[in-house]
Amino acid sequence: MNSLGSIRRSFAPWTDPSAKPYIEFRNVTKRFGDFTAVNDLSLSIYEREFFALLGASGCGKSTLLRMLAGFEEPTSGSILLDGQDLRGIPPYRRPVNMMFQSYALFPHMTVEQNIAFGLKQDGMAKVEIEQRVAEMLKLVKLSQFAKRKPHQLSGGQRQRVALARAVAKRPKVLLLDEPLGALDKKLREETQFELMDLQQKLGLTFVVVTHDQEEAMTMADRIAILDKGEVMQVATPAEVYEAPGSRFVAGFVGTVNIFEGKVSAREGVAATIMTDGGVIRSENASDATVGSDVAFAIRPEKIKVSSKEPAPGIDNAMQGEVYDIAYLGDMTVYHVKLPSGQVVRASALNAARVTEDPLTWDDTAWISFRPDAGVILTR
Amino acid sequence: MNATWSRFNIVSITLGFAFLYLPIVLLVIFSFNESKLVTVWGGFSTKWYSALFRNQGLMDAAWVTFRVGLLSATIATILGTLAALALTRYTRFRGRVLFSGMVFAPLVMPEVITGLSLLLLFVAIGFDRGFMTVTLAHVTFAMCYVAVVVQSRLVSFDRSLEEAAMDLGATPVKTFFAVTLPVILPAVISGWMLAFTLSLDDLVIASFTSGPGATTLPMKIYSQVRLGVTPEINAACTILIGIVTLGVITVSVVNKRREVQRQRDEHAAQRG
Repeated sequence: MNSLGSIRRSFAPWTDPSAKPYIEFRNVTKRFGDFTAVNDLSLSIYEREFFALLGASGCGKSTLLRMLAGFEEPTSGSILLDGQDLRGIPPYRRPVNMMFQSYALFPHMTVEQNIAFGLKQDGMAKVEIEQRVAEMLKLVKLSQFAKRKPHQLSGGQRQRVALARAVAKRPKVLLLDEPLGALDKKLREETQFELMDLQQKLGLTFVVVTHDQEEAMTMADRIAILDKGEVMQVATPAEVYEAPGSRFVAGFVGTVNIFEGKVSAREGVAATIMTDGGVIRSENASDATVGSDVAFAIRPEKIKVSSKEPAPGIDNAMQGEVYDIAYLGDMTVYHVKLPSGQVVRASALNAARVTEDPLTWDDTAWISFRPDAGVILTR
Repeated sequence: MNATWSRFNIVSITLGFAFLYLPIVLLVIFSFNESKLVTVWGGFSTKWYSALFRNQGLMDAAWVTFRVGLLSATIATILGTLAALALTRYTRFRGRVLFSGMVFAPLVMPEVITGLSLLLLFVAIGFDRGFMTVTLAHVTFAMCYVAVVVQSRLVSFDRSLEEAAMDLGATPVKTFFAVTLPVILPAVISGWMLAFTLSLDDLVIASFTSGPGATTLPMKIYSQVRLGVTPEINAACTILIGIVTLGVITVSVVNKRREVQRQRDEHAAQRG
């Protein structure tokens, strides 16, 4: 895993201006009747990337995947794979394979026959097919289930058959539609790591569609967040979380506290904003201009809660009262109500078994955060 | 399931089943009657069955019926399956409602009208009535039954199976034969059997559309009964009932077994 880790760390072709995208959506629009599923969308995905399309249902992420697989044609715009325009190429001639959300295993065929199906279509020699199927079964650890029918397998096993069938043809790109959606939580977590491992081993480009932000964060090199058929932001998981580009992205990924306000001063990368809760100074001002309406976004774990008033002169301290406490074991989430009425979520890691600064319901509490802890959002 | 059997329930069930099956039971019993008089019991005998097999007219009619049934059920199954596919798949084409209405209308159309209109058509185009016209007529009405049966299966068919096949490199034609057809096959077979049975016992449409040399068994029986019921006819009907019953029981037992097996497998899979 160490070597894989170092490959992963250095893998960032999107920062290299000379790198050529492997999959390219160019101004793609897809309409179904009056409904616009995808609206003038452009996106680049690089070779060997684990790319996630994240969004709520109806955001157009599945349509994007289906257009890549060839089940839908864009209304306008073009999709390129390795420089080749895919328009007009039917699904059965595209060098991509898909793993379906329902797995879509052929119920009348055994596990073996399911995996061999794609290879047979290519007219591969019988001996070779047998070899490849055996190899795939070993890869997904299902060798002893080769002769079973899909209904004789558990959900997790079916998922692995679907995966083996989709990668058996060594496609250039593997498309995964909610690959873990039908699994229970524990199995899902295990499978996430299996998928990442497999992607590294086979060196394929993965495009995964998911509505589960945790899943996308864990697995993907980069995430595209979609809303109403448009890309909101494309970035690495850490960037999406720590530097969201808009209120939508900040609210969609993880939990966030938003303070609406007006910029009163700017110096360099820092800005001061006036909010109902108080004055906030932030060192991540992006393109906010003086006088403009902005939002200040900060994650709960970056806010400190204390019963004592911070030293005078410190930036970003506000007084409120403890409104609610949720003890989650590994951490405690405090809801602090400010005089403005806004409820701020702050979470504290329970590093010690007994906290030195016990806070309870209706206590007066101070929240504070560093100037670089949050970001100013102009959109 | 464990509700106690009240007297009322027993009486109503007995009456209901008697109403349904008493005539058939009587027919079967009298087919083993020694006496030539249909309504007088003269002791047990199987002689009418041997007489039946020696009756060339009835045997010819049975052979015609069998061939008509086989051919018309097969053609009706192909056409009905295609119609069902078109109706479930292409949900957006113009006039779909009209088209589906027209496919299913013969289900409720009085047989006399279907028969008469087919007769008029055959006369108008100068088609000599006989084996082919009966077969075509049976295809016409049996096709809608097949379409209904297959369509109800297709509604619950997971389209992603076909997409998966195409995604893996199968052309649409190959996808149909390698994936779609095997999955819907039980419904197609049920449709075929339904069409075959319908063809076997059709009297009205066959009477309108058949010609010399193509008398079907129901027609033959009907014409003989008009001259008086003979125990031979009872024997013929008993055999027909036997065939149909056997068919129905086989299909339901096979289906039940498969279902039980599937559930057992799924439970086994859940346990790991």
